[in-house]
Amino acid sequence: MAHEVPAMHERARHRHSPRAVLLRLVALTRKEVRQLLRDKSILAIGLLLPVMLMLLFGYGLSLDVRNAPIAVVMEDASRAAIDAVVGLQLSPFLSPVMLTSMHEAEALMLTREVDGIVRVPGDFSRAMAAGEASIQVIVHGTEASRASIILNYLTATLAQQGIRRIDRSALGNASGIGSVDVESRLWFNEANTSTWYLVPGLIVLIITLVGAFLTALVMAREWERGTFEALFVSPVKPVEILLAKIIPYFCVGIIGLTMCLVTATSLFAVPIQGSLPILLFASVLYLLVALGIGLLISSVTRNQFMASQVSLLASLLPVFMLSGFMFDLRNVPAAINIIGHLLPATHFMSLIKSLMLAGNVWPQIILECSILAAYAVLFIGLARMVTRKRLD
Amino acid sequence: MSSTSAAVRIEGVHKRFVDKESGRSIVALRDIHLAIPTGTLCAFVGPDGAGKTTLLRLMAGLLRADAGTLDMLGVDVQRDPQQIQDRISYMPQRFGLYEDLSVQENLDLYADLHGVAAEARVQRYQRLMDMTGLARFTTRPAGKLSGGMKQKLGLACTLVRSPELLLLDEPTVGVDPLSRVELWEIVEQLRHDEQLTVIISTAYLDEAQRCAQVYVMHEGEVLAHGTPESLSQHAQGRCFTARGDSRAPGRVLQSQLLDAVDMVIDAVPLGGAVRFVLNEATAPDAAPLHAILKGARIEAEAPRLEDGFMVLMRAKLQHAAAEPRRAAPTLAARASPTPVPLAPGSAMIEVRDLVRKFDDFVAVNSTSFAVSRGEIFGLLGPNGAGKTTTFRMLCGLLPATSGFLQVAGVNLRTARADARRRIGYVSQKFSLYGNLSVLENLEFFGGAYGLRGKRLRERIDTVLEQFELRGLERTPSGHLPGGFKQRLAMAVGLLHEPDILFLDEPTSGTDPLARREFWRRITSLADTGVTIIITTHFLDEAEYCDRILIQDAGELKALGTPRDVWVQAGHSATSPLNMERAFIDIVQQSRQAEIQRNAEVAHGA
Repeated sequence: MAHEVPAMHERARHRHSPRAVLLRLVALTRKEVRQLLRDKSILAIGLLLPVMLMLLFGYGLSLDVRNAPIAVVMEDASRAAIDAVVGLQLSPFLSPVMLTSMHEAEALMLTREVDGIVRVPGDFSRAMAAGEASIQVIVHGTEASRASIILNYLTATLAQQGIRRIDRSALGNASGIGSVDVESRLWFNEANTSTWYLVPGLIVLIITLVGAFLTALVMAREWERGTFEALFVSPVKPVEILLAKIIPYFCVGIIGLTMCLVTATSLFAVPIQGSLPILLFASVLYLLVALGIGLLISSVTRNQFMASQVSLLASLLPVFMLSGFMFDLRNVPAAINIIGHLLPATHFMSLIKSLMLAGNVWPQIILECSILAAYAVLFIGLARMVTRKRLD
Repeated sequence: MSSTSAAVRIEGVHKRFVDKESGRSIVALRDIHLAIPTGTLCAFVGPDGAGKTTLLRLMAGLLRADAGTLDMLGVDVQRDPQQIQDRISYMPQRFGLYEDLSVQENLDLYADLHGVAAEARVQRYQRLMDMTGLARFTTRPAGKLSGGMKQKLGLACTLVRSPELLLLDEPTVGVDPLSRVELWEIVEQLRHDEQLTVIISTAYLDEAQRCAQVYVMHEGEVLAHGTPESLSQHAQGRCFTARGDSRAPGRVLQSQLLDAVDMVIDAVPLGGAVRFVLNEATAPDAAPLHAILKGARIEAEAPRLEDGFMVLMRAKLQHAAAEPRRAAPTLAARASPTPVPLAPGSAMIEVRDLVRKFDDFVAVNSTSFAVSRGEIFGLLGPNGAGKTTTFRMLCGLLPATSGFLQVAGVNLRTARADARRRIGYVSQKFSLYGNLSVLENLEFFGGAYGLRGKRLRERIDTVLEQFELRGLERTPSGHLPGGFKQRLAMAVGLLHEPDILFLDEPTSGTDPLARREFWRRITSLADTGVTIIITTHFLDEAEYCDRILIQDAGELKALGTPRDVWVQAGHSATSPLNMERAFIDIVQQSRQAEIQRNAEVAHGA
């Protein structure tokens, strides 16, 4: 061993040969994969969490209202009054509680045991005979969107009952209660649509999680544990270190994505109207953007705690709030709209939504894919720039 | 290729860092010049903050110098760090092993990265395994190795290929004496076989003594350099040994000599006597000196590197600070510990048949000993011997599996909280709140111990005085220099006036100067009646202890005064003590007996 020292330039050339580079890359990637497989928490976040989120959002969280408790105050016990509210009992979306005093109803409303009050006044049957009957509807307004849905259900149900009564009595001149203008779209609202709308967003969220959040920890962990210092004094190049980090997490991301798509289409029957290859291609681009962001955060902070905080604030939360996942960007102030459009996630969000629910819109596909590709190059390039084999 | 005779040539190197929080710039290296010939073993020694690590990192191309040139193996490191990183091997102070990878996987990773060919690898691994004794552990995750084994694996990973230059940054910190000997054998063998240039930084001067060239560094400058012999010459004619009454512990005379700052530069208990170095102005027959020696026989000694180092350091410090060195404050006069009534004759700590198991693994096996009040009791043993486990059980941090354990007259198994109030604990790592100031830390821990009001203020004043922390009350403790952090940790540990103070490897990685100061504090604490339990890897420090206990593989191997242990190791009672020798002998004997026993069992079956 001691005497077989080859000429220096020979050695140097050997170290830069493609074979040597490949050998080092394989060694580093193997190390990364082993660490990943042995760290249960990373696997849990990378593979288990996507499925959990999918099931949670698919079954648990839906923006629709079912069995909303409603207090029905019957101040008039006449046949006509009962007829007017009987429809509420039959609705799958409402669950009425029959009461006789407004006082009780208000108490229930204040303790949030009911979401709304339907009050049939004492002179209901008399007013009905005069064709001026009215029913008071009050809805708890703290959750604005839920309140407006419940209000719609209530008026629609009460109106429906009115129509039926009018039909039965065949009195053409009776105006009935409330408006006869029935919003049948709400009445026939299928509970699944919010899942359809949420699933594409969830895919964006999961890719961000695996790409940015998990990789934000990996470079920082090496800085923190001091493993880089020895690694740097070797023929390894910074770009090899970065590639070895990207490869395994890219694979985890692809597995997470596949699981999302399978769950979405099989369990929730979410359609994929556009082309699947294009959808996969766009997802890969976005995954690279997320990996770039994660590595950049990790290399700059050099500290796992900081890195996880920053990646949470800079990548995950904006996906929730600003990418059009929860709130439609067309309804927000212009400034926030602009910020939203600076986020790579927003572009992927609108692309994947239209690919899954609408179909191939070529101008959009080309535009958004180019934007994503540019972001991927930008972030990975920046990560390469800040990763230097230096301790200061 | 590199026809120049010097492997490393450094000229006029400056390096400063900017402290992020205060924005101040700190000079790490100032005008460094050095030349290291090819094929030599060279050491950097010096106290904390001398700039040893910075210099090694500059050589490895991991930092950029602010000025000056670094020529390594004929290459300008600043211009082409990658080329140097291709050709050298570097072992950082904290070698970053991948803890979730196995020993073999760690080795393979570094072999792959350095492009070691498969055929060469077989031979190399064989040799590294032989040298490190890691062969039994190849499948074990690196994170589950003991401290010494981790350090050896770090060295093995550094040596998977033959570098042209080897840089080692304090490779033996926290490594037990046995592993330290083995590590040095590896380095010397490689240097001999492969004509390797090795540069090593170390806090151990006996290690530096083995090197051809020694650079003594202090606050970013090279104070002196030369062969160990030439550096020792600074103490020529000023080294003596005093042999007094053999029954009194050497540390009594040692502390008196060390306190005579106007005559004595250094004093340590050694070989059952006290070795001391006089300053230039003091003759060995000076009357004031003999007043301290009280008739002890003195003999002239040949100077060692450590003596020369101490002379250089003291001169530098005296020069830097206009104020002359003060004797450590005599604690007896200031702190007046309220003696806790204790039944006469009963021990401060009493342990009988102590056992601790982790699942099937017996970490500590039927150990019995007792420690009396005011004793300094040393707990020694190789890495993974069960010292830490014993220590934690004594402090009440870990319950014993079985056995009797009484601390300060309180049974730890029945009244743990009560016993804890009687003990103070200084852990190996700095475990105070770094962003709280010195005073805030003291207030917080005082409160945690149940001190408040006037009593707390009094105690804080006392410990601030006692550990010379006055003027630093408002400094965030994370910003204190290493030695001050340890003082603060000890101040916190002593706030509630415990009867017993536990110190876990307090001197690991500290330089001789800081160690002298530390031990002076410990000996004067013991004089006030505080019982001290201490673990250390510096075997020469065992001589400060009244009694020591040596553990290996969970078993008690030797117990008694340093002299008793020397005899238990099989040496004559009158021959000069060498605690390192005694330790190595005892551990090796017990391991050989173990091998023999296993062989007999195998044979019988």
